[in-house]
Amino acid sequence: MTSSPNETHEAGPPASGDEPRAREADPAEHAQAAEHAQAAEHAQAAEHAQAAEHAHAAEHAHANPVRVWAILCALLVVSVVGPMAEIRLLTLITAFGIAGVKAYLVAKHFLRLGVERRYVAYALVVSVAFMVLFFAGTAPDVMEHRGRLWTNHAAQKEVERALKEAARDGH
Amino acid sequence: MKPIATTRSATGIPTGRLAVWWLIASEIVIFGGLLASYVMHRIGHAEFGDYAAHTNTWAGAFNTLVLLTSSLSAVLAHEAAEKGQGPRAARMLLFTILGGAVFLIVKSFEWTAEIRAGYTLATNMFWSFYYTAAGLHALHVIAGMVAMAFVARDAFSNRELQRVELVGNYWHFVDIVWIFLFPLLYIAK
Repeated sequence: MTSSPNETHEAGPPASGDEPRAREADPAEHAQAAEHAQAAEHAQAAEHAQAAEHAHAAEHAHANPVRVWAILCALLVVSVVGPMAEIRLLTLITAFGIAGVKAYLVAKHFLRLGVERRYVAYALVVSVAFMVLFFAGTAPDVMEHRGRLWTNHAAQKEVERALKEAARDGH
Repeated sequence: MKPIATTRSATGIPTGRLAVWWLIASEIVIFGGLLASYVMHRIGHAEFGDYAAHTNTWAGAFNTLVLLTSSLSAVLAHEAAEKGQGPRAARMLLFTILGGAVFLIVKSFEWTAEIRAGYTLATNMFWSFYYTAAGLHALHVIAGMVAMAFVARDAFSNRELQRVELVGNYWHFVDIVWIFLFPLLYIAK
């Protein structure tokens, strides 16, 4: 007959001094301990898997920098060649639209904003929002030289003078 | 003993890196204000287009290429630092400094030609903006080169490698500023 944990337990109550050893031998506790160990192992494995996943995600987020650089160079060529057609809309798209794309690529892949804590991006957006706010507040008085109740004579004269001078110089 | 900026991360980001983000956020307001103010004047003053015709597009484009390439070497320096390859990170940083130097040399030739042609800071509002914006940017390039030289010195002996990323982040921001300055000052004619 093979011995079993039950048989050990049934062999009689242990002496009080042996209690800790008896506890070690307790099958219920054995099972619990095994369960704990298994749970800890599972948790560790899950942690490892998560870490591996994070590393994998980070690897994906960090695109090959040489490839990003090549794309940026191609965009640079487009932003120089596009405005040569001297079409206003095309200039706006190729020069300024592409500048936005280039800045996005540098921010995402070189500055690694994509894998940085989210609140950093929010802080930077707040800075840009301040700029937009100041622009919106002052631009109407600068971009226009005449309103319903006011005229910026100095600016008007300067534009007229400069345009005449440019026409005279052949620009 | 390591500085606090490298060992503390009360916000989930190492304090040193957070400080660089703080610097960048404040720089956005500085350069953003300058560029936004240029844009509104550019829209209100049709003659700016004629003045901008005197800027050298090819020099500006070449400098853009130089800065993009120097940003690439800053990223490669960061990658090397992450792998603990200090000497390689330092070499990449030196390459980035070289890019900054080429940028400044091209700029100095450009400015010399423009000043000789009579376009100075006081000629008119366009040239005031041009020299202020490009000059402020050039000062940032110089500051980045100096900081990078110190970081590279330590990186050669595998010390303080976390600084490679910090100085790189600053450099990428300087690159982004130029990405917007280039079309504004050289292409919108």
